[in-house]
Amino acid sequence: MLASTGPDGKVLAGGQSLVPLLNMRLATPEHIVDINRLTELAYVSVADGQVMIGALARHAQVLADPVVAAAQPLIAQALRLVAHPVIRNRGTTVGSIVHADPSGEMTAVLALLGGTVLLASTGGERSVSAEDFFLGPLESDVRPDELATQVSLPVLGARAGCAFAEVSRRNGDYAVCGVAAMVELDGGGGISRARAAYLSVAGTPLIADLTEACGAGAGADLAAAGRLAMARVSPGSDIHATAAYRRHLAGVLTERALAGALAHAKGRSDG
Amino acid sequence: MTAMFGEPIARLEDDRLLRGNGAYLDDLGHDALAAAFVRSPHAHARVLGVDVADALDVDGLVAIYTYEDLPGRIAEPLPLLIPHPALTHGRTGYPLASDEVNYVGEPVVMVIARDRYLAEDAAERIMVDYEPLPAVVGVDAALAAEHLVHPDVPGNVAGHLVQSNGDAAAAIAAAPRTLELHLYIERSASTPLEGRGVLARWDTESRRLRIWTSTQTSTGVRAAVAAKLELDLADVDVITPDVGGGFGVKIVHPWPEEVLVPWAARLLRQPVKFTEDRIEHFVASAHERGQRHQVRVGFDDDGRLLGLDVRFWHDNGAYIPYGLIVPIITSTQLLGPYKPGAYRVEFSSLYTNTVIVTPYRGAGRPQGVFVMERTMDAIAAALGLDRTVVRERNFIQPDEMPYDQGLIFQDGRPLIYDSGDYPAVLARLKALAGWDGFEAERAAAAEQGRRLGIGLACYVEGTGVGPYEGAHVVVETSGKVKVATGLTTQGQGHQTVFAQIVADELGVPIGDIEVVTGDTRAFGYAVGTFASRAAVMSGSAVALAARAARAKAIRVAAAALEASPDDLEITGGIVQIKGDPESGIAIGTVAVLSNPLRYAFDEAAQAATQFAGGDIGKPPVADGDEPGIEGREYFSPLRSTFASGMHAVVVETDPLTAEIRIVRYCVVHDCGRLINPRIVEGQIHGGVAQGVGGALYERMAYDETGQLQNASFMDFLMPYVSEVPAGIEIDHLETPSPLNPLGIKGAGEAGVIPGAAVFAAAIEDAEGIAITSMPISPSDLFELRLSRRGDRAV
Repeated sequence: MLASTGPDGKVLAGGQSLVPLLNMRLATPEHIVDINRLTELAYVSVADGQVMIGALARHAQVLADPVVAAAQPLIAQALRLVAHPVIRNRGTTVGSIVHADPSGEMTAVLALLGGTVLLASTGGERSVSAEDFFLGPLESDVRPDELATQVSLPVLGARAGCAFAEVSRRNGDYAVCGVAAMVELDGGGGISRARAAYLSVAGTPLIADLTEACGAGAGADLAAAGRLAMARVSPGSDIHATAAYRRHLAGVLTERALAGALAHAKGRSDG
Repeated sequence: MTAMFGEPIARLEDDRLLRGNGAYLDDLGHDALAAAFVRSPHAHARVLGVDVADALDVDGLVAIYTYEDLPGRIAEPLPLLIPHPALTHGRTGYPLASDEVNYVGEPVVMVIARDRYLAEDAAERIMVDYEPLPAVVGVDAALAAEHLVHPDVPGNVAGHLVQSNGDAAAAIAAAPRTLELHLYIERSASTPLEGRGVLARWDTESRRLRIWTSTQTSTGVRAAVAAKLELDLADVDVITPDVGGGFGVKIVHPWPEEVLVPWAARLLRQPVKFTEDRIEHFVASAHERGQRHQVRVGFDDDGRLLGLDVRFWHDNGAYIPYGLIVPIITSTQLLGPYKPGAYRVEFSSLYTNTVIVTPYRGAGRPQGVFVMERTMDAIAAALGLDRTVVRERNFIQPDEMPYDQGLIFQDGRPLIYDSGDYPAVLARLKALAGWDGFEAERAAAAEQGRRLGIGLACYVEGTGVGPYEGAHVVVETSGKVKVATGLTTQGQGHQTVFAQIVADELGVPIGDIEVVTGDTRAFGYAVGTFASRAAVMSGSAVALAARAARAKAIRVAAAALEASPDDLEITGGIVQIKGDPESGIAIGTVAVLSNPLRYAFDEAAQAATQFAGGDIGKPPVADGDEPGIEGREYFSPLRSTFASGMHAVVVETDPLTAEIRIVRYCVVHDCGRLINPRIVEGQIHGGVAQGVGGALYERMAYDETGQLQNASFMDFLMPYVSEVPAGIEIDHLETPSPLNPLGIKGAGEAGVIPGAAVFAAAIEDAEGIAITSMPISPSDLFELRLSRRGDRAV
């Protein structure tokens, strides 16, 4: 169907981004392709080291799934910050990733974990990695004749931990600044790898490798990582926050997210 | 029977509203044509032409109207509702822009089509040719007057008013200590859940117009529309369906749409409906709050005020249909519970190329209280005194009541406080908020790296302003009681409290009482719902009407029982000899007896026919009497009655992220006698929620070209339930008003009034940084920390 409508068609899943755009007449597609009856796409599963989320899995369904929570805790950490329960009941996780909002939590998760998006068209399927998927603000690599059918996210490694920290104006709002962090421990309790993804400070999810800044050994220098983050981000000012405030938050939240991820990793290793 | 007055009974209207059985404007008129509007995309421009050619072939299009199509009085500017001698340059807009637009959102073209989608499709294809003009945005640009909003209004000044009591300049010059403050408050807005909306039907047979509108004044809309359409009042009915909040924005009337939709319905001989959408509400209804203040105060070494001089500039937007009410309220209510010494206040109300400004819950008081309370805190800081001590030393004392502030209030009457006990309110607030123990609490939190601050703010609120309201009470032969009052309801619980009043006054079960509000068919004389006046004005009128009905019922029953009226009582809907239930007759039967009939239509009526008895030496209806058990009374008080209250808040500010969290919020409130404490507390909760919004979240983010950048609930940050304190601690004091039969004062607006002041005080206390501008966001606080400390805040 999408092959025949081309750029005049839009996919409707949860409708949490598309319907407001239609309401405000910011989008006026000729055709709406409603996939809500493709219930076979409403799945969440874990296999072969990957969490797989189908195109019709709602945020609430993914958030409530205990197998997903155990396999990749960052997903639930992020989804708790996605809007409000009513929106999570309808909105789909794949839909929010395809929407490619640089303030979206799940876009940052895909980027940080290096996940992939599966795109289907009459011509077949292709898999696109996170780094190639986000082209710009609200712009992803989905072609008009393609449907994003699944997102795959790698499970969390054995000696790894993750955490999400963000500041939003109101509970559930888009973040003024948000940080998703993941650390991996070496055998001695030091950090062997530390990475973070940043929300709302760039046009696409920004990834920073903080491993060196944290330093080797048990006494990780999280403040140095925060300083590095502040240098890496290039936020803008808008009606909610100045660029300086966002940059400041990137530093503060980097420290908080890394500390959370570190504690998480240690807890998992001990447990 | 237990007295209903004072009981926290559940709201009678909630069962219907909470089950989704309410009927709001857009729930009506499914057969109606839909109106949509082409609105100005420019803040200031000349309208050179309108080209509708592309829209004409849109399926379902019925009509397109521009200014050129408007006849007679509809083509004249909308009314200036509240004239004032100081409003020297009052300007109002046209229902559709004629040759100039003065704000983004101003209606230019009306489109009528089969449904709203098609109307918007057509509207989108209409091309309006504009010549943009320089826009005046914000109070500072208006004051600078580099450009003019209206070419014939010099300096952009709509009105200018000075009031004084004593020689403030001399008092300040002679004072041992003085301070000067510069303060600013930004715009916010009422933002009711339901926007504006109007439905009109023209009945061709009876040549009558019927209008349903989401308004705070059905009688006001009737008078205005009748005048515009050149109809007699008797030929226009205005009905308010359920209204999903007003908060002030719906007291303004007639809105352009309220004139145009009935006009089109009559012209097209078909029902027409307009339902405002959310974006329209942001750009085409009204805002409030934007003011800049300059304060000079003189005081002694004990913190007593000797002289206060306030100059301020009020941003009234593009037009000023509601007159100077908001700045007049600011200029008078600023004084709060204090004796200011000599006082002088001067304001200018300025035009800007932005949405019009009209009263929003609190109506100018939040700004005034912010200014006065910031001044009190500054005096305390200058003298090193506890903030409550400075306030106590300046309070009007209970034995000084009634207290004349020597000014003229918004109702054109002297600003005389009728009653109140401010020292008692403060004592209760200090206890409730743990004021005296706060330093220990602050120290304990600091040990854990947490930063706390406490603030308080006091206000006095003139409520229950005139000129009048009326009510009609009628006892049906079934014993049911129908109550009608003309002012409108927007969800406050009027049905419940008016029924409580009638239950006590008339002596009938509350379940037998039905209340109708805001329907000109049921009661045609009324003013409207604003200024926390419904309980005071209509409540008093309802009480008087119920008393009249009761007197009539007693008189009729006394004749039937051959008893003295003085020996009768009404309880549980039975009129009886006091203490003798056996003697009783149901009040419905009394209603039967009061109406001598020729025709019987049921068993009850048989008892009342002309053959049923009675003194044949007297006419069936006595001279000067009327059939029926009814009362119709009006209440018109001498002056407003003044409620008061004080709020305290403890906030925690994050030393790193500058986020501001509410630890606890305490309210002590005195609105005279409480009719229903639960409803009063609900009003306080709602008011505090809007106060939190105005202090910490909401602003109207206009850019320099006059585009509103946050015209949606995504970017206009109305607080969610998660941002409002979960447990608001409330204590009441009840100082009766001597100005009405029930001893009550208004309660609707109070909760919002001290919001900006109390949060500014608490954040200042936590941070040690002077807060002079509200609202404040974490980003603002971060920038303040940077500018005061010159480095990253830790």
